[in-house]
Amino acid sequence: MNKEDDDIKKEPENEQRRSFLIKLSLGLSFLSAAVAGVPVLAAIFAPLIEKTPKLWRKVGELNSFKVGTTNLVTFENADPEKWSGVTSKSAAWLRRDEENKFTAFSANCTHLGCPVRWEADAHLFMCPCHGGVYYKDGSVAAGPPPKSLVQYPVRINKNAIEIQTSAIPITNISA
Amino acid sequence: MKRLKKIWAWIDDRSGFTEIFMPLIKHPVPPGSKWSYVFGSATLFCLVLQVITGVALSLLYQPSSSEAYKSLQFITNDAAFGNVLRGIHYFGASGMIIMVSIHMIRVYITAAYKYPREMTWISGVILFFMTIAMGFTGQLLRWDSNGVWSSVVAAEQLGRIPFIGKWAARLLLGGDTIGGHSLSRFYSYHVFIIPAIIFLFVGYHLMLVIRNGISEPAKVGRLVDPKTYRAWYKQMLVEKGIPFWPYAAWRDVIFGAITIISIILLAIFIGPPKLTGAPNPASLNANPAPDWYMLSIFSLFALMPPKIESYMIIIGPALTILILLALPFVSNKGERHPLRRPWAVFGSVCVIVFVFSLFLLGERSPWSPAFEAKPLTAKNVHSTDTTVIAGSVLFYKKGCLYCHRINDQGGFKGPELSDVSLRLSPADLTIRIVNGGSNMPAYGGILTKKELNTIVAFLNSRNSK
Repeated sequence: MNKEDDDIKKEPENEQRRSFLIKLSLGLSFLSAAVAGVPVLAAIFAPLIEKTPKLWRKVGELNSFKVGTTNLVTFENADPEKWSGVTSKSAAWLRRDEENKFTAFSANCTHLGCPVRWEADAHLFMCPCHGGVYYKDGSVAAGPPPKSLVQYPVRINKNAIEIQTSAIPITNISA
Repeated sequence: MKRLKKIWAWIDDRSGFTEIFMPLIKHPVPPGSKWSYVFGSATLFCLVLQVITGVALSLLYQPSSSEAYKSLQFITNDAAFGNVLRGIHYFGASGMIIMVSIHMIRVYITAAYKYPREMTWISGVILFFMTIAMGFTGQLLRWDSNGVWSSVVAAEQLGRIPFIGKWAARLLLGGDTIGGHSLSRFYSYHVFIIPAIIFLFVGYHLMLVIRNGISEPAKVGRLVDPKTYRAWYKQMLVEKGIPFWPYAAWRDVIFGAITIISIILLAIFIGPPKLTGAPNPASLNANPAPDWYMLSIFSLFALMPPKIESYMIIIGPALTILILLALPFVSNKGERHPLRRPWAVFGSVCVIVFVFSLFLLGERSPWSPAFEAKPLTAKNVHSTDTTVIAGSVLFYKKGCLYCHRINDQGGFKGPELSDVSLRLSPADLTIRIVNGGSNMPAYGGILTKKELNTIVAFLNSRNSK
């Protein structure tokens, strides 16, 4: 440190000026970053801010499902972006339990989300990833899944079967 | 020539190239820093290769959920050298992961993380995990059915984070479901966010290498003492140090060149991973599996006791990261030589054997149902008894063959049943089939009595290979 610097430091006026300049520089830097950061953070956290609507999607006619059968149905997600292409689709396994009773199972294994397949002859859902197996009612039959297959809301609307669009079921730590 | 030299002298004077970079390039390094020191620079060479091939791929790739798969098909099948480019980027990622892993193990075994290189180790640990993250997000960018379902698997893992799991999963996918935002996010993670972190920490890592110097080769009985180490190291460099360029760097260049050429040859002769089906989340005939470097973890998910798995999915990685970051704080002085640190060597060998075994298991995936299994052949049924033949058909139709092996057909999840009648009586077989087990469904509510008896008759005829 040279003499000039020493003098600057010793003078109370300069000390005040130094302190002011530091605060000004840091304050303005922080303000600029905060203002620029708002839209950036909004883009990052948009999926948490935006609410996805829940819509009923028709997946078939009532008479196209036989009692006791489980069928793959596909439907479009709620509010898909125009550039989603084929990724806007979801699938579910629809079981007609009785004449007027349907159950829609998510196609995601509750272990790690892999796509479960319905083996019609075996009456079992099987997962290709780690060997999770579920009975026809969605309860766990074997393997690592921590809980039953998640069910989607399903209804009969006049002569149509409708499934409510839902989020990919995410299994939490306590499952 | 004279004129060129004059021009260069002007550029060098004004740009400060020699003044700034020559002291760095020619900084003294300890003698004896030989071939075991080349893996860090090889990782850096791979990173440069990844950046260059990544930029080239970005010229051809369409980062949109609806178009990415088509652009991948274009790169693979139509673009000039596109397939090779994909191959180099794929094997470059593999090379980078292999090199960074060997580098990390070498640093651990020779305790080069000890004083004063703690921050070099910590930045290295961050770089290691960022490299893995790059590999995984790169796999998602293939955006075929495997990419789509792998992203769901990743979201499920994040979902296990306590309290904020669902939010983290949503942030990863860009919404409740796979959709238009998903690929844009993965592209941003892979091309901007993670590389920015990598560049930052690579710069910091290299800066620390220059500041603290590379660790000298370990010597039995030569202890690291934080009080005297810096002075000793400085004196040692003054007395015995050799300029990095070219006396140490030539090994880095030779090994780096061999690494890059090997990657290119693999890309030409083996090529990139084949694309699976279209990225349709409604198409369920997918069999998601990660690239080889994540396969060990994927195997672990199949083998862990289900009761603790949800916890271990998060606690396991968190604990691994914590232990690695804590390492230089737990042990930052004393012996460095592997001969005096046998537990460190033993631990490293155990980790390598563990990870490699899980990888081999993952390649075989014995826990997965063998959906590709075909009905049993007459040779394998080897019976003319109509009940036995009917039983063999049911054995296939009811999914038993997906998990059990009969001679050379079937899966590996359950025990092989080629000679099951030598182990179990018909009564035992019936009990097992009806009640199932921890890893087998109870077929009591699935089979009719007649079907059960027919399958038992078939299994009771299994008495030889």
